[in-house]
Amino acid sequence: MQLVPTQHYLILAAVLFCLGMLGVLVRRNALVVFMCVELMLNAANLTFLAFARERGDVTGHLSAFFIIAVAAAEAAVGLAIVIAVFRSRGTVNIDELHTMKH
Amino acid sequence: MSAEFVLFWVFAIATAMSALGVIVTKNPIASAMSLVATFFFLAGIYVLLWAHTVAVLQVMVYAGAIMVLFLFVIMLLSLGEDTSMTKFSPTRIIGGVATAGLLAALVLAFRKLPEASTGWAASVDQLKAFGTLSQLGDVLYKQWLFPFEAVSLLLLVAIVGAVVVAKPRI
Repeated sequence: MQLVPTQHYLILAAVLFCLGMLGVLVRRNALVVFMCVELMLNAANLTFLAFARERGDVTGHLSAFFIIAVAAAEAAVGLAIVIAVFRSRGTVNIDELHTMKH
Repeated sequence: MSAEFVLFWVFAIATAMSALGVIVTKNPIASAMSLVATFFFLAGIYVLLWAHTVAVLQVMVYAGAIMVLFLFVIMLLSLGEDTSMTKFSPTRIIGGVATAGLLAALVLAFRKLPEASTGWAASVDQLKAFGTLSQLGDVLYKQWLFPFEAVSLLLLVAIVGAVVVAKPRI
C-alpha cells in the first residue's frame, strides 16, 4: 500500500501557517487576527501529527491535545480583551489602537 | 493512485481554499464560517494521519466550542466590514513579501528531508493500537500527568481571567 508521504503533510502545514501569518500581518480587524492565530496553531498541530505517524509515536498526538487546550484558553482570554477594548475605545481596528506605541 | 492520495488532495485543497477564505473575505462572520470549514477539512486530514481521536477533538473543541465563542463575540460587537484586501499599503506589501519568503524557505527545507519510512506500521498490532483513546490515555496519565494537571490549572486561570477582563464592574 502506497502511503501519502510525510512531506506532503508538512508542506500543507507550511501553507496553512503562511496563510495564517499573512492574515495576522494584513488584516486590521482584531477578531480576524485571532482567527488567523488559530490557523497557525492548527498548522503546528498538523506538523506534530505528521511526525507522529512517521515515527509511530503518540507523543505527537498528546502535543496536539495540549495545543488545543492552550488555544481554547488563548481564545477565551483574547476575546475577553477584545470586548474590554471595544467597550473603552468603540473599535477593534488594530490601526486605531496605538496608545501604547507613544 | 490510491484512494488515500485522492482523499489527501481533496482535503488539502479544500483546507487551503477555506483558509484563504478566512483572510480574503471582508465580513468577519464569513471569515468565521470559513474557519469552521477549515477545521472540518483539517479533521479529515487528521483521520488520514491515523489520528482519529485528535480529529474528533478538533471537531468538538475547535469547530464546536472555540468558533461558537468567536461568533458570539462578533455578533455581540456587531462589527462592520473590514477594509478591502485589495488596498495596498507599504505594511501590507512587506507582510506579503515576508510571508512568501517564509513559505519558500519552509518548502525548500521540507523537500530536503530524508524520505520518510513508516516501517513500524508493518506490525499489525502496533498499527491497530496507534492513536486509540486507550493508548493515548495510557501515555497521558502515566508519562504526562503533570503537564495534564498544569493544563487544567491553565484553563481555570483562563476562565477566571476572561470573566475579570470582560466584566465592566466586578
